[in-house]
Amino acid sequence: MSVSVRVPTILRTYTGGKSEVSASGATLAEVLDDLEASYAGIKARILDDKGALRRFVNVYVGNEDVRFLENLDTPTPDGTQVSVIPAVAGG
Amino acid sequence: MSAVITEQSQSDTTPVPEGATGIREGAFGHATGLSCRECGHGVELGPFYACPECFGPLEIAYDFPAITREEIEAGPANIWRYKALLPVPTDIEQSPNMEPGFTRLLKAHNLGRELGIDNLWVKDDSTNPTNSFKDRVVACALSAATEFGSKVFACPSTGNLANAVAAAGARAGIKTVVFIPSNLETPKQVNSAVFTESLVAVNGNYDDVNKLASEIAGEEEGWAFVNVNVRPYYAEGSKTLGYEIAEQLGWRLPDQVVIPVASGSQLTKVHKAFQELVKLGLVEDKPYKVFGAQAGGCSPVSAAYKAGVDAIRPVKPDTIAKSLAIGNPADGIYVLDICRETGGAVEDITDDEVREGIVLLARTEGIFTETAGGTTVGVLKKLVETGQLDTTLETVVINTGHGLKTLDAVSGIVGPTATIEPSYAAFVAAGIA
Repeated sequence: MSVSVRVPTILRTYTGGKSEVSASGATLAEVLDDLEASYAGIKARILDDKGALRRFVNVYVGNEDVRFLENLDTPTPDGTQVSVIPAVAGG
Repeated sequence: MSAVITEQSQSDTTPVPEGATGIREGAFGHATGLSCRECGHGVELGPFYACPECFGPLEIAYDFPAITREEIEAGPANIWRYKALLPVPTDIEQSPNMEPGFTRLLKAHNLGRELGIDNLWVKDDSTNPTNSFKDRVVACALSAATEFGSKVFACPSTGNLANAVAAAGARAGIKTVVFIPSNLETPKQVNSAVFTESLVAVNGNYDDVNKLASEIAGEEEGWAFVNVNVRPYYAEGSKTLGYEIAEQLGWRLPDQVVIPVASGSQLTKVHKAFQELVKLGLVEDKPYKVFGAQAGGCSPVSAAYKAGVDAIRPVKPDTIAKSLAIGNPADGIYVLDICRETGGAVEDITDDEVREGIVLLARTEGIFTETAGGTTVGVLKKLVETGQLDTTLETVVINTGHGLKTLDAVSGIVGPTATIEPSYAAFVAAGIA
């Protein structure tokens, strides 16, 4: 399964400045593993020491926050857009 | 004397990302840098909002000078009287801005009597230039955007912020683009559209709009999204609510304060303001309790508080209190910390109770609040009824916006009590006298 991953500004040091990269995996967890294989160090910025999503990172599969789906087990069908976005307070 | 109010040394400073250079001397007053609220990692001043180490929110660190009550009192009757405590230049008054703040603090005799609270005050921020507290934060964000040389002043908004950004941008002569959920109340749409040529209605809820804004901020050069990439500067504006409450009480902290919670930012900043005033010796240190107010259709912070957990579980908002309808509040965990540490609480009420809160404040104090204020007043009532709030202590409730923006919320429960013919006999017959 090939997906497109949107990378936030503060993680582009890992992707050589690229804002969008390709990765593969049937679930979000697998996509992050594949990202790590290509861009060493990036996974630890998204996940905490326990392997869970960091509190201030929002990850979307399509337009849906994975916290409303199956978190890291969320399926990532071929062609899906995955977005990693810093959580910000709104108002 | 100087008072350094940051818990983290700035020695661990990351390389400055592109765009942070060229900042003029004194552009951010006594701010010394940005510091991650989660891990303490330091970042130089710039249009940055997320920690490069842990994604945590960046906050302003300061090295405050000594400042006296008299110096503040000699300042203008707006938020710039506190400019020494904000990330703004010393000549901030010279820039075209909305000059918000120093709104009235009203003794709420009637509401207090109705609820059985001995000493109750309403901090009425509906009297700001665009009729909500958002003028405060936007004024600080506008200063930052100007100093960064931004070409577009923008925001995702639940309404009040859109109004404030569009108006402030017009006054400052900077292009504005504001993004709102497409189901927003019509008055809030009109109140923005009148000031800007670019009001963008997004098919989705606020959290969807916020996500879109974050993506645009990451791609478009020169866009200052007030509550995204200049958020550290923007959020500091809410401190002025806390400063004003203390000053207007006679340089004294209240015993209890009740604050609406959307993102949670305002509550955390009022608490921060009280702490700063204590550290600067401008008020006496004393215990105070902070209470948060949410609407039941969007109460992730209240739910976490009641469950006794630290993690906020995001929700899909479904409430008439649209200005509080943030399902994934990034500062929610800090609200939990503050309310628990100070002995306060977070409470929520139904939409019907929100409407009742609006009418209660209107009929007791002559203040027409929007749904957020109805939520706060309704929660105040519930806190009393459930014994969570001490009715013998001095209490301040914050009204953040004006009821004319959310007329639909109460148009179904208030209206003509009688429709009569234009004759004295009809008047008598209607039993109005």
